Amino acid sequence: MRLSVILSATEGGEDEGFWATAYPIIPHPAELIFGFVAFGILYWAVAKHVVPRLEKVFAERADAIEGGIARAEQAQAEAAAALERYRARLAGAEDEASRIREEARAEGARILADMREQARVEAERIVAAAQTQVQAERQQAMIQLRGEAGRIAVDLASRIVGEALEDEVRQRRVVDRFLAELEAAPAAEAGTSGGRG
Amino acid sequence: MSFGLPASAEGGFEAPSAADFWQPLVGDGAFAITRASIVLLLSAAVISVVLLRVTRRLAVVPSRGQYLTEAVYGMVRNSVARDIIGSRDFLRYVPLLFTLFVLILANNLLGVVPPVQYPTMSRIGFPIALTLVVFALYHVVGIRKHGLVGYFKSFVPKGLPWVIVAFIYPLELITYFFTRPVTLALRLFGNMFAGHILLLLFILGGEYLVFEAGGLMTVAGALAFVMGFVLTLFEMLVEFLQAYVFVLLAAFYIAGALADEH
Repeated sequence: MRLSVILSATEGGEDEGFWATAYPIIPHPAELIFGFVAFGILYWAVAKHVVPRLEKVFAERADAIEGGIARAEQAQAEAAAALERYRARLAGAEDEASRIREEARAEGARILADMREQARVEAERIVAAAQTQVQAERQQAMIQLRGEAGRIAVDLASRIVGEALEDEVRQRRVVDRFLAELEAAPAAEAGTSGGRG
Repeated sequence: MSFGLPASAEGGFEAPSAADFWQPLVGDGAFAITRASIVLLLSAAVISVVLLRVTRRLAVVPSRGQYLTEAVYGMVRNSVARDIIGSRDFLRYVPLLFTLFVLILANNLLGVVPPVQYPTMSRIGFPIALTLVVFALYHVVGIRKHGLVGYFKSFVPKGLPWVIVAFIYPLELITYFFTRPVTLALRLFGNMFAGHILLLLFILGGEYLVFEAGGLMTVAGALAFVMGFVLTLFEMLVEFLQAYVFVLLAAFYIAGALADEH
């Protein structure tokens, strides 16, 4: 840019005069005023309406985002707490179940032992009763046998005495018969030990 | 181009000049209503209406228009205002920074968007107006925060030896009252002005070479058009960056005035 062009006031053109050729750094008064006016108009609109509205929506948005985050955090904390509770409850239930199982097993073993003991006692009782009965029956048989033997002996004696000792042959026959009877008697009766007499 | 380039008497190529930026529509002289003034005013009105309409019904889940608005607003609010001024009292300055950003960005981008294709901020009056707003604001903020004397004391850190203060203080004074506002305005103006001149040069030059010069120059003219296209893309980046830098520095100056220590 040649300085002379900027400075020259007489370059051929329609707009002769100072402002057509003035230094470009000399402010034109009307333009200065228009600058203030234009700035003033825009500043009024921006300061009075635009910025307050934008700030409001900024605040609302920040609030919405922060509120959303806070709500999400709260929900997460609640979920975590619930999970913890369920876990604790589940662990408690497992403990409870194994405890119950253990108790049942112990109970079963105890019942089994009890029953075994009862059965044993019962068996012993039955055996003892049977022995007692056998003893009693034996006793009774002995008593009966003893009475029988006495009666037989008396019978025999009276027969012997009744025959009056006729002869030796007869005597022997009697004795033999007696003995045969005697031998037959135990077979008919229960007792094994024949009466002695 | 929508504004004619005056052909010189010799009929050769006339390089684009500062005179091309002077486009009065109504009247003439110091209070002429220029094309740039109309563009700026209309852009402010259109942006206002669009922003008001988009933000009338805002939802937590945004529509596309709302999403875009919020993306731009969020960038200025969070990565400029909050990060630089600090989360304690940045919100008061967000409207100012957002206004500056969208106004400058829209007007810069209009520099390459038809049918305007004219960067408003290449007329220095507009950057100066915006800079004066920032300049007044950060001094008022500083004086409110520290008191008049305290504000002027806050330019240098406490506890410096007076010899050093004597050196630093004038520099800081110049920084606060001269360098900052002047560079803020000139940076924006200069980038837009120079960028536009460059585009004019390549595109008008290319046009001249293709249609007037003839011969091999046609090829050079085609190359100039390619350069013009590339530079247009580059210019869009610069336009965004300048809008961003302007609000970034504005936020930085406000933060400096608010800071407890220098």
